[in-house]
Amino acid sequence: MIILPIVQLLIFGFAINIDIKHIPLAVFDQSRTQESREMIRGFVSSNYFDIKTYANSMQEVNHAIASDHVKVGLIFPTDYAKKIRGGQQTEIQVIIDATDNLSAVSAMSAAQTLGLLKSQEVLTGRVRRLGISIPPSAVDMRIRSWYNTDYITSWYIVPGVMGLLLTTTLTTMMAMAIVRESEQGTLEQLLVTPMHAWELLFSKIVPYIVIGYLQVWGSIFIGVQIFDMPFLGSRLLFYSLTLYYVIACLSFGIMISTMSENQMQALQLSIFILMPSVMLSGFVFPMEAMPKGFRYLGYCFPVTYYIKLSRQIILKGGDISYVWKDVAALCGYIAIMFTSSLAMFKKRFVP
Amino acid sequence: MGNIVVETKELTKQFGSFTAVDHISMQIEEGSVYGFLGPNGSGKSTTIRMLCGLLAPSSGVGLVLGKNLASEGRAIKQNVGYMSQKFSLYPDMTVMENLNLYSGLYGLKGKQKKERIDQMLALADLEGREDELTKVLSGGWRQRLALGCAILHNPKILFLDEPTSGVDPKARRLFWDIIYDLSAGGTTIMVTTHFMDEAEHCDKVAFIYFGALIADDAPPKLKTSIPGRLYEIETKNGMEMLARIQSGEIGPVLDAYFHGERLRVLVSNERGDITGEPLFAESKITQIIPAMEDVFSYFVKNESGKEMKGGRISGSGQSTIKLENLDGGKKTTGQTATKE
Repeated sequence: MIILPIVQLLIFGFAINIDIKHIPLAVFDQSRTQESREMIRGFVSSNYFDIKTYANSMQEVNHAIASDHVKVGLIFPTDYAKKIRGGQQTEIQVIIDATDNLSAVSAMSAAQTLGLLKSQEVLTGRVRRLGISIPPSAVDMRIRSWYNTDYITSWYIVPGVMGLLLTTTLTTMMAMAIVRESEQGTLEQLLVTPMHAWELLFSKIVPYIVIGYLQVWGSIFIGVQIFDMPFLGSRLLFYSLTLYYVIACLSFGIMISTMSENQMQALQLSIFILMPSVMLSGFVFPMEAMPKGFRYLGYCFPVTYYIKLSRQIILKGGDISYVWKDVAALCGYIAIMFTSSLAMFKKRFVP
Repeated sequence: MGNIVVETKELTKQFGSFTAVDHISMQIEEGSVYGFLGPNGSGKSTTIRMLCGLLAPSSGVGLVLGKNLASEGRAIKQNVGYMSQKFSLYPDMTVMENLNLYSGLYGLKGKQKKERIDQMLALADLEGREDELTKVLSGGWRQRLALGCAILHNPKILFLDEPTSGVDPKARRLFWDIIYDLSAGGTTIMVTTHFMDEAEHCDKVAFIYFGALIADDAPPKLKTSIPGRLYEIETKNGMEMLARIQSGEIGPVLDAYFHGERLRVLVSNERGDITGEPLFAESKITQIIPAMEDVFSYFVKNESGKEMKGGRISGSGQSTIKLENLDGGKKTTGQTATKE
């Protein structure tokens, strides 16, 4: 329960990268001049493109893209250099395989930026040769990347995976544990004792709270030690808010147990509900990009709020004033889920 | 008649449209061993689970130690022990860990706890095996350990649900010895079983059939309540003989069936002695005292008979058969073919 999630965290952290670089490129340079070679160099040195092949015809370019050998084709017309030197607008064709639209978007914006930069360079060069001194660009966009300056995906992923792991393990294990006791007959034996129903549930929940905390601690440890993730906010705040989330997951597990006849069903039901909650939680796929209806659906899951507040506290150092809304949402979720699962538990197992 | 410690009045449980327990009224005396006998699915477990407070009745009243089980459940639980069919022990915990758990759940502490645990280990014959996981224990030991866990807190009443299922005959006998000891010590015990021979061990036996009580009395009285004579026949041509009896060759019989290799024939008292019948000339025929199995078969047949005549198989408000109303000979003439 602790080792497996940690292994998963490592795999996700190392494997997932959403800033796509080194996209395979085919070049068809019909100009073969210093200017075209300069442009090609620009593409390669940006690190966004790796030249896989130099094509000698359009068919070769098409073939390279169609066969998945490259994702992008860069084509220079024969009069490229002539037009540039002659002060005319020239064109470069960039063909992008948009099947993989994530790579395509990356390629597209890189290509456009490179094109723009080159245009600027050419234009200002010309103006200066005329003797007019002008700033390199009319509007200088000064871009500062806060919090995750190097765009390290693993930093973004760790809180997401952590929330995901907690949800999967805690909810599933809680549901299966209760159903297993029911199948074994030991739940019945416990109910025959003078114990209250809430005492029984409480004793079932507590060990899983401990396990939840161990998982969180392990994830943070790995994030910080292995992925060099910074922890800017208050650890105390983070660990106390984790409790709300853990209880939310466990209540949900209890609810699932009341709806399952056996352990297999409990497992299937948990997974069935957890899958969409993962996809819609903002774990990897940004919620802003989702259509409205699905975004609202994502807001119904506690994991969404936990991932938000973890990222806020860990990566941005936010304090309670930034996360109180997420906490309020979690509290609301717990209030509803815990009371209803307690009621369903009583109805199903206790006369 | 001693103290009544368990009493039910028209206790009923319905699951949707299915009536599992049909208006059962019964009484159990303090210190007695009360058996609930019936086939699988007849409602025995459901009844016992209601009495333990594990299931709420649909209607009717249950009183345990004078307290209403619907409203005063918790007060009852401290004085009641329960052993389920599954011998509810935690398989991944050791013998000692299970004993510790259950003593804790009933609030046993210190010296008393230690003493009781030692006693239960002796009872189950598990001394020296405290650190074994319960899942490696075989049938008889798990059974006795489960019993031990159920009586740690010295309950006044013990509910045992099919406690001997899956256990070898020797272990079964040992178990019943323990039950007798407990009963002699004043504990009231209610046992459900589908083993007819175990019913012989009880002070009083109730037959349950499709959720209703079809008999409720001490075994000797039940045996003499059959209005007829039971004969046992040893013969080489059992099947043929049964067919001939069923076709009416020896006249009206109340019942004819196999018991192991031997044929048993029940005839009414008016019919008289059938040992002289020519059909049995080559065979050995003796009159015998009915065993519980015979008594049960008889009562069940009568219930079926009631259904045949348009009456319901369930209790229909009447919890025990009034034996005077049974009309052996005439009613069952057409029924010598065994009807299940």
